[in-house]
Amino acid sequence: MSPELLLAGAIGVALALYFLFGGADFGGGVWDLLASGPRAAAQRRAIAAAIGPVWEANHVWLILVVVILFTGFPPAFSTISVALHVPLTLFLVGVVLRGSAFAFRSLDMSGHRGQQRYGLVFSMASTIAPVLLGTIVGALVSGNIRVQDGLVASGFFAPWLAPFPLAVGAFALALCALLAATYLTVETSDPALREDFRRRALAAAIAVGLTALVAFVLAGDGAPRVRAALAARRWSWPFHLLTGAAALTAIAALATRRFRLARVAVAAQTVLILFGWALAQYPYLVVPDVTVQSAAASARTQRLLLLALAAGLPVLVPSLVLLFRVFKSSVREDRAP
Amino acid sequence: MPIDWNGLAYARSQMGISLAFHIVFAAAGVALPALMVIADITHRRTRDPEYLLLSKQLAKGTSILFAVGAVSGTVLSFELGLLWPRFMGKFGESIGLPFALEGFAFFTEAIFLGIYLYGRGKVSPGMHLASGIAVAVSGAASALFVTLVSAFMNGPGGTDPIAAMASPSWPYQVVHVLLSCYQATAWAMVAIAGFILLRNPTRTLHRKALALALPMACLTALVQPLSGDRSAKHLAVAQPLKLAAAEAHLHTGGRAALHVGGIPDLETGEFHGALPIPGGLSFLAFGDFDATVTGLDAFPRDEWPPVLGVRTAFQVMVGAGSAMALAAIAIIVAVMRRRRVPDSRRWLLAFVALGPLGFVSLEAGWLVTEWGRQPWIVRGLMRTADAVTDFPYKAGAFWLFTIVYVFLGVAVVYLLAKQITAADKPHESAGPAHVA
Repeated sequence: MSPELLLAGAIGVALALYFLFGGADFGGGVWDLLASGPRAAAQRRAIAAAIGPVWEANHVWLILVVVILFTGFPPAFSTISVALHVPLTLFLVGVVLRGSAFAFRSLDMSGHRGQQRYGLVFSMASTIAPVLLGTIVGALVSGNIRVQDGLVASGFFAPWLAPFPLAVGAFALALCALLAATYLTVETSDPALREDFRRRALAAAIAVGLTALVAFVLAGDGAPRVRAALAARRWSWPFHLLTGAAALTAIAALATRRFRLARVAVAAQTVLILFGWALAQYPYLVVPDVTVQSAAASARTQRLLLLALAAGLPVLVPSLVLLFRVFKSSVREDRAP
Repeated sequence: MPIDWNGLAYARSQMGISLAFHIVFAAAGVALPALMVIADITHRRTRDPEYLLLSKQLAKGTSILFAVGAVSGTVLSFELGLLWPRFMGKFGESIGLPFALEGFAFFTEAIFLGIYLYGRGKVSPGMHLASGIAVAVSGAASALFVTLVSAFMNGPGGTDPIAAMASPSWPYQVVHVLLSCYQATAWAMVAIAGFILLRNPTRTLHRKALALALPMACLTALVQPLSGDRSAKHLAVAQPLKLAAAEAHLHTGGRAALHVGGIPDLETGEFHGALPIPGGLSFLAFGDFDATVTGLDAFPRDEWPPVLGVRTAFQVMVGAGSAMALAAIAIIVAVMRRRRVPDSRRWLLAFVALGPLGFVSLEAGWLVTEWGRQPWIVRGLMRTADAVTDFPYKAGAFWLFTIVYVFLGVAVVYLLAKQITAADKPHESAGPAHVA
């Protein structure tokens, strides 16, 4: 495989991991915002306990995506940064507010009022950020970002402030909510709380299906090239069947309270969706003017970057495994506040 | 000089505010884990529960500061493209390697901080301590990798990724930056402990915090001037324009004077109200009172950095650094004479007054380096004005981030103040101490 394909693959893997882990943290914020019923406070505590030890690490996948993109494909990074300046900036504000409000909330000792204030910032920002992230992805595949002579020629609003990218944003939000609710069913030992998250996961699964349908329909006008690829390539229908099977398995597992299976199925569904998107978008980084090949850095830079990534993995992987084994391997007892 | 509030100025201000904000948290993220681990190890050695409490409080502080540092660092990695897309389009591949390695260092820092903060009692004590050490080491590694990028921008050794990573000034800059992280954080901790002891002289916990931070504060304060001297001698050869700007040295010539304080006149090269040390600059730059020092006049005016700003920042950095170095000598003499940490009211007041100087000189030193690089974004290869984005609404983005950072800054100060005053109440410290 050529180095630029390996690097594009690395971006895809890092993005998938960001979604699986960081996306679930966003989803946790969504359920914090929507916490309700007699166990609202317990729901929020379970979410905070699940996110606390891991969110900083989950967040670094995004940095890895950015670094591989600007090192391996500098002109693509530059184009994306210019064309999507507004949604990227808003997304970053969301990331900043979410992360700091979460850290502040866990340390604020001014009592209930302060907790609520930071909690609201955390949950609002967690809800808005994935919508923007999805919108950014939608704009990248829409084909409406145009580059002429190395300059962005399509304006700063039109490519992303359109029905299709916003539908992808809603889809991303639903997916984050599904991931979080499903993970949370495994991370609480209180049966009532588990039922709360199970119902939320089922609702989110339906929302994922609906938003996916809307996005697919809107793609007819909004992202014709990628939709054609999704509908007509040799791999596309088996891939859709696989994704659909994962989605149905997740719903069935949630319905029959097989939570560990549901967690695996939801994760598989997410990874399949992301890889399906990546395959449909290939060879474009920004449809239709920037491709993996046209934006690739020099062969030497690509080789060196691959070496750096290969050197980092032996440190990263065991550390991550340790982190998740310490905090996620067994059901945690819910601690009193 | 009137400021032209065009888009470039907004973009530069946004980058400047983001960096000025981030480096406070980044520096604390490098040094606080080290202090936390030292407290932890001292607890294991002495079995003194107060050291355990101290390491827990430092861990709490680390968790707030690291969280804000992490998110503001994420913003910066995007801002490189949002504000300077032409720079990233052209040089992204040159500076990518250190950023990729920094990414892994950041990963390990985040992972082991999670284990250290939340894993007490879930992992073995040895594993817990090792996690703390991993946080401290990877924090230092992050700072190292990021500084390599700054060294490239200030004096690129070449655009090849490996050559760019080893730009000529990297060893000088990396040592200076790492020392400044430990120095700034340790002095801030000295000031906080001093402040609490002033209000409540019986707090043994904060006497121990003081004793923990003072060795790091004194050691770095004494070593940093040596590192600065090496950096200045390197600059005299490698980046003579930056040194000339830092000293507002106009005319190339031998036996160049060093001017302390005062205001330079850039047309005549005279100084108003400065204390001149004849031959001082020549000695500083080359170790020879008669050596020729390149002045600003050797360079076309449109390549000058903002001289007044760079010189002011340099004077602040050197002044604050000298004050801390002198204080370190006085502290060491006092400790040797009394055989214990000086803690009279007068000393505590001095600690509170000196404490902020570490971060003041860190920010000032950063300004010297990056203002002194202007008008280039990569010295000699690309001007800042040629790197800036075409995005037309730069003012909007600037104000948005400014408001967010002001809000965050206020919230962090408020929360840390609450943490510290809560720790000030004796009854709160009793609980965890008994648990230990």
